[in-house]
Amino acid sequence: METAITMVLFGLLFTTALLVGRQRNLFAATMLTGIFSLVSAGLFTVMEAVDVAFTEAAVGAGVSTVLMLATLSLTEDTERRESKVSWPALIVVLLTGGALIYGTLDMPAFGDANAAVHQPLSRYYIDRAWDEIGLPNMVTSILASYRGADTFGELGVVFVAGISVILLLGHTRAAAAVAQAERDERPSVLSAERHAQVREMPVVRTVAKVMLPYIVLFAFYVQAHGDFGPGGGFQAGVILATAFILFGLVFGPKELTRLVPPQRLERIIPVGPMIYGGVGVVAMLMGGEFLAYGAFTPEHPSHGHHYGIFMVELGVGITVSAVMITIYTTFATRPRTTTPCAVLEPGEQPVPVGLAPEDVPELPEERALPAQEGMS
Amino acid sequence: MTDILHGIGAFFVVVGAVFCVIGGIGVVRLPDFYTRCHGSGLTDSAGAGALLFGLMFFADPLVAVKLFVLVAFLWISSAVSTHSLAKAAFSKGVRIENVPERDWTVPPPAPEEPPPEEPR
Amino acid sequence: MSLLPVWHYVVVVALMMLGLYIVIAKPNYVKKLMGLSLFQVSVIMLYVSMGRITGGTAPIYILDDGVPRPFVLYTNPVPHVLMLTAIVVGVATMAVGLSLVVRIREAYGSTEEDVVAELDRREVEEARARETAVPPEAERAAP
Repeated sequence: METAITMVLFGLLFTTALLVGRQRNLFAATMLTGIFSLVSAGLFTVMEAVDVAFTEAAVGAGVSTVLMLATLSLTEDTERRESKVSWPALIVVLLTGGALIYGTLDMPAFGDANAAVHQPLSRYYIDRAWDEIGLPNMVTSILASYRGADTFGELGVVFVAGISVILLLGHTRAAAAVAQAERDERPSVLSAERHAQVREMPVVRTVAKVMLPYIVLFAFYVQAHGDFGPGGGFQAGVILATAFILFGLVFGPKELTRLVPPQRLERIIPVGPMIYGGVGVVAMLMGGEFLAYGAFTPEHPSHGHHYGIFMVELGVGITVSAVMITIYTTFATRPRTTTPCAVLEPGEQPVPVGLAPEDVPELPEERALPAQEGMS
Repeated sequence: MTDILHGIGAFFVVVGAVFCVIGGIGVVRLPDFYTRCHGSGLTDSAGAGALLFGLMFFADPLVAVKLFVLVAFLWISSAVSTHSLAKAAFSKGVRIENVPERDWTVPPPAPEEPPPEEPR
Repeated sequence: MSLLPVWHYVVVVALMMLGLYIVIAKPNYVKKLMGLSLFQVSVIMLYVSMGRITGGTAPIYILDDGVPRPFVLYTNPVPHVLMLTAIVVGVATMAVGLSLVVRIREAYGSTEEDVVAELDRREVEEARARETAVPPEAERAAP
């Protein structure tokens, strides 16, 4: 019965993946990718991977879809030309797939309890996690304590991604000019139009206002409950960011930047790695190794693990939510340019949509560079 | 007693599954965008609602309360998303066929007096 | 050596190859990133399906009055932990990739790979033509 369900879900995934490739309308393809993530979350649940399903549903079907839609609003939303089958790619893909399948022929059957992958490491964790750490959710105790250094690296990756998006898309002079116009209370074209749009959406506005506190409450619940059921810092951070993104989608990114000013949010992003590294260093100062939480309460190591896991999950939740909100805000407040930069004269700036001409900032003086030896 | 509860739960789960199938057929087979919106809304509200309501009878009380809250949340959010989908399509200009275009912001003109019928 | 006991690997590899084909063959950058997302999710599915045990339950201790019940078969929690990391890293790289696509669109006016390559090629040719036409200037004073 379970195998039948798994097969049906795999079939759905396959169909959706095929359609993603064939869709020329990128908006539809984005929705199909979201459906793919959601169905795979269902598949993970059927395979008893509840934490993974939770994260995949929140991250893949939620944040990822919103980011892709934000990108489509900044670029084009249709693929330009007909998709012809590319024979070299097809041959490469078939050969690679064939080699991979050949490689998996020796592997144990689906659900085999004696597979080599289950011994000895997971036996170690399953047998010892209750006595050494004492949390019901094994995945949290492995994630935050036994393999806490990996999670630290993952938090570092999230941090770097947030910074990269800020460097690539944020802090534009045009966005600063729009914000300055807002502060000086000069009418900016975008805000009047957006105001009219928001006034016309009574149902969405009201229901969003009603639902937001419950989403935030759920995020806190997931953060605190990660020790006892599926949940933890990542899922909680993403759900909290989803609440703010919902606000931004309904009321406009300007309102969102007034609610959470980007400068302040950017200062919150490093707090997570600081807490995580700080917990590790404090553990060293109290006599253990880096991230050995047992050193906090030497006579009762499992209590120390509880404190350590709570603190690091808190750090993870803070940074992940700040990064996700910042990424969304950066995408949403990026001014849309009308002319592509490739057709501009040197020294001419592209005029962002919605900015009054007198607000377009001036370029600084060109600095003369030494002569170069020809193009490489 | 548990068997009765399980029976009621199973009935609601099957009803929910049937609604989901009907909604799915509706999304594929109905002729127009707005009627298809109705099909997908049916899946979310009646289908998922009945399914989760039926699952409430299989679970212990704490999980049943959580499922009830989930049904409430699902109904609110799915109704609003169906509404905003239809509204977005309307403001983009998607219209129903065979309905002549007119200014939708003013009420329609009053119908004229019907001609008096001859008594038979 | 039949395929039947490893049918889940075959399906997952097929999904992976679909995603890989989209990444290689489609010229649109956003479509490539979508294919990459498909690829990532199917790799995650590979690991999670590897960790599955028939008859196992979710890797959360079942507690009878605060003591874990003995002799319960749990699915392997280690792939779940690794895949949690993989999902989050995947969305982080997706965000960076999408912001790169936005910058490319602003610089070249298009998100199609062949248009971008063509514009680059023309720019190189023009620069080369300018180099050969005008004699190289004497070194300018540094600022």
